[in-house]
Amino acid sequence: MKILVCISHVPDTTSKINFTNNNTEFDSNGITYVINPYDEFGLTRAMVIKETSGATVTVINVGPSSTEPTLRKALAIGADNAVRINAEPTDANYVARLLANYAKNENFDLVITGRESIDYNGGAVPGMLATYLDIPFVNACLGLELNGNQATVIREIDGGKETLQGNLPMLLAGQKGLVEEKDLRIPAMRGIMMARKKPLTVIEAGDAEKQTSVLKFDLPEAKAACTMIEADNVDKLVQLLHSEAKVI
Amino acid sequence: MAVLVYAESWNGSFKKATFEAVSYAAQLANKIGTDAIAITIAHQGDANELGNYGANKILTITDETLNSFNNQSYANAIVAASNHVNAETVVISNTNNGKAIAPIIAAKREAALITNAIELPSSLSPFTLKRKAFSSKAYALFSTDSNQKVISITPNAFGIHETQVSTTIESFSYNTTDSDQRLKSVSVDSATGKIPLPEAELVVSAGRGLKGPENWGMIEELADLLGAATACSKPVSDIGWRSHSEHVGQTGIAINPQLYIAVGISGAIQHLAGVNASKNIVVINTDPEAPFFKAADYGIVGDAFEVVPKLIEAIKTHKSNN
Repeated sequence: MKILVCISHVPDTTSKINFTNNNTEFDSNGITYVINPYDEFGLTRAMVIKETSGATVTVINVGPSSTEPTLRKALAIGADNAVRINAEPTDANYVARLLANYAKNENFDLVITGRESIDYNGGAVPGMLATYLDIPFVNACLGLELNGNQATVIREIDGGKETLQGNLPMLLAGQKGLVEEKDLRIPAMRGIMMARKKPLTVIEAGDAEKQTSVLKFDLPEAKAACTMIEADNVDKLVQLLHSEAKVI
Repeated sequence: MAVLVYAESWNGSFKKATFEAVSYAAQLANKIGTDAIAITIAHQGDANELGNYGANKILTITDETLNSFNNQSYANAIVAASNHVNAETVVISNTNNGKAIAPIIAAKREAALITNAIELPSSLSPFTLKRKAFSSKAYALFSTDSNQKVISITPNAFGIHETQVSTTIESFSYNTTDSDQRLKSVSVDSATGKIPLPEAELVVSAGRGLKGPENWGMIEELADLLGAATACSKPVSDIGWRSHSEHVGQTGIAINPQLYIAVGISGAIQHLAGVNASKNIVVINTDPEAPFFKAADYGIVGDAFEVVPKLIEAIKTHKSNN
């Protein structure tokens, strides 16, 4: 079994978001970068498959050399090898095409991504990549069972879940549920030592079309001061929600 | 030229998000100077209803093989329809099904995909659109030169706009291929009677301040009374007090309801990211220093176990008087 786990290199969830250069660039000053939280669930699930039934796990990222520590972390968690496609991941179609160009000759049985990255939240790359690889695409995947070549997967639907079945290969865009939060792996010292010796291959980006660009970023407007209400005067809250906010 | 909008059906009926997507498509088409054409798949009622939201024409697909949602066949059917009506722009609501088809449609049409859109484009040339980014901590102004576009809109952001137009219905057919059927649905498990969080107008949410899952009765009662959906913070879903599907925040569901009531949630930056687009935020917390008060419109410093039952009674009284 060959598994490809796509990793986004994103600001830690506690990051305060700021922009520079007339609000045209993300301000990475003081930002700690991590494996995209949605990707972590998929990476851990790949580790479980590797341990229970055997698999080779490749992690891949489209990004400049500054993203390599994030790939090394994935290797420390237990991936076998890493690939970095040397390009700025500025457009979803561009990233999906670059990933597809690499993956199409590698015959992966399973491609796992996060359902979206927590920076641009596009949720676009997984479905595009699956389409370019001509394999089925399961979005918002929160469960996977493998029986040989057959996969039973669960996806989130509005107000519930749907169970689907099909044969590999396929692409899963995962989230919490693929494994539980408490089962996420943290690199151990031995893993970190071993990761240094694992292969991290850098591939130069070929040609691929960029379809979108970001002109400018904005921060949400600050809220006006909060109207405080005494705990023994909830009638006032109800009155304000009715007459001022007009929501009840 | 035309704008094609996928009018999603849910067990054969339209959803609120459907009317919102059609409203958006109609105003976009108007701005471009073209028609808004809706496409329904396996819809059981009268599709003419979409004319109330500005659909100039409605394509209906009733092929039996498309009776239940399948992202490959639905995406391909919409691509075929977009070719049939010569659409340049496809509009989809960012529901779970919408998210499962939008990137496939974009890839097949070699179209630029802009997801999480919250407004009409501010400019048509170049096409420029504001969308949410950084898990609702920021907005990004996206631009594309591509003629072919797929836009998916965040539910509850644009709103439903009624505008009566005369509309025609045309039946359209799509033949499902074997390749569409590589993944087959085995079962659907849906919570009946529950309001899907991303679409909910009102949301009542609680956190660790509630001390245990056995104390959620009053939260559910308050939600039922308001017709609200229930939600929870990440720690609560991580411990397993509530289902993952209720987790709102940066790595859960991002919501933008009219009213968000947060009980016993301190308001960590990751939580705020998922809820700060709510139009009105009420925070009930014992700690006057809880960061959530800075992001709230209305705040009560107090014990949830005292305040929430009083709030339930006050709303009951309000309802009986109005």
